[in-house]
Amino acid sequence: MIKRLIVLLLMLVLGTIFWQLLSAYQPDTELNLTGRYYADHTADDLGAANVVTAIIVTYRGLDTLGEVTVLFLSAAIVGLVLASGRQGEKQRQQLTPVGELLTIGMRLLVPLFMLLGVYIFVNGHLTPGGGFQGGAVIASGVLLTLLVDPVKHFSHRLIAIIESLSGFFYVSLGAMGLLLAGGFLDNRILPLGELGHLFSAGAIPLIYSLIGLKVGAEFSSMLIDFSETEAP
Amino acid sequence: MIAQIVMATGFTLILIGLYGALSNRNLLRMIVSFTLAEAGVHMVLVAVGYITGRTAPILDQAVPADEAATLIIDPLPQALVLTAIVIGVGITALMLAYAYKLFEKKRSLDIGSFTELKW
Repeated sequence: MIKRLIVLLLMLVLGTIFWQLLSAYQPDTELNLTGRYYADHTADDLGAANVVTAIIVTYRGLDTLGEVTVLFLSAAIVGLVLASGRQGEKQRQQLTPVGELLTIGMRLLVPLFMLLGVYIFVNGHLTPGGGFQGGAVIASGVLLTLLVDPVKHFSHRLIAIIESLSGFFYVSLGAMGLLLAGGFLDNRILPLGELGHLFSAGAIPLIYSLIGLKVGAEFSSMLIDFSETEAP
Repeated sequence: MIAQIVMATGFTLILIGLYGALSNRNLLRMIVSFTLAEAGVHMVLVAVGYITGRTAPILDQAVPADEAATLIIDPLPQALVLTAIVIGVGITALMLAYAYKLFEKKRSLDIGSFTELKW
């Protein structure tokens, strides 16, 4: 009872703080200094139509490299933690059949999911999309496959190869920015092209596609790890 | 006004999530509560960058590059929230994996049955 009271008191205090923040909040009418810099310089400097993508891949590219590393670490730790619960042989008989609808739907939709994912990360510099979103869509295709056949065997080796190769090329492209352009992960190692075209914005589409492959592989490996774990 | 509504929803979600995480005894419910609070934080962050009457930070015919600074909303919070969402997925996956491990050990998801660190 006393615990519940403490929790409620804490919520009350936090709620008051939030209320103060909210009632004193004055929305901006102008972009702040940083936002204005990005809005003014993205098109000329980097040639990317999507300003958010330019920030993520180039202006704050190092942060994104760190983010991908964190995601890789969590996928690896999930694999490590669940590894002991994994069993090679599973009884296929015990599984109830999933039904015609899901099976046929999976066959129709999974290639489309993969296509959509690739489309999203290839067009990341033009449309509201990008590597992380595209990777998540690709992983949702893997999830649908796992829903239909939970004991389906995916090649961990293939996923690991895709992930490490895309990570390697991502860092290599970043290092090429050091040699050929202004700094690490600079996208101007390739011609900037015309604003709004698919082949524009220098290395951004390449880097974002690599991020998409890497994120897709990481999410898929997490999903497969969870699916392969036996009920304790 | 829209920014305030989204922000209020976000703050409410944070409160609901924290309350759920503190008052539930079941590990899975706590994890769901944490993801709720996380969604609230994302909504608040995105709402901070919103400017009334402006459009998404994507340059095209409607938003020419030289007038972009007067037409688009702040792109930086959006980039930050994208990062936060991805990290959040990783954290949720880790929490679920550890919850599985704890269940394997004690055959229970009740936080009360894990007394090793209790003082």
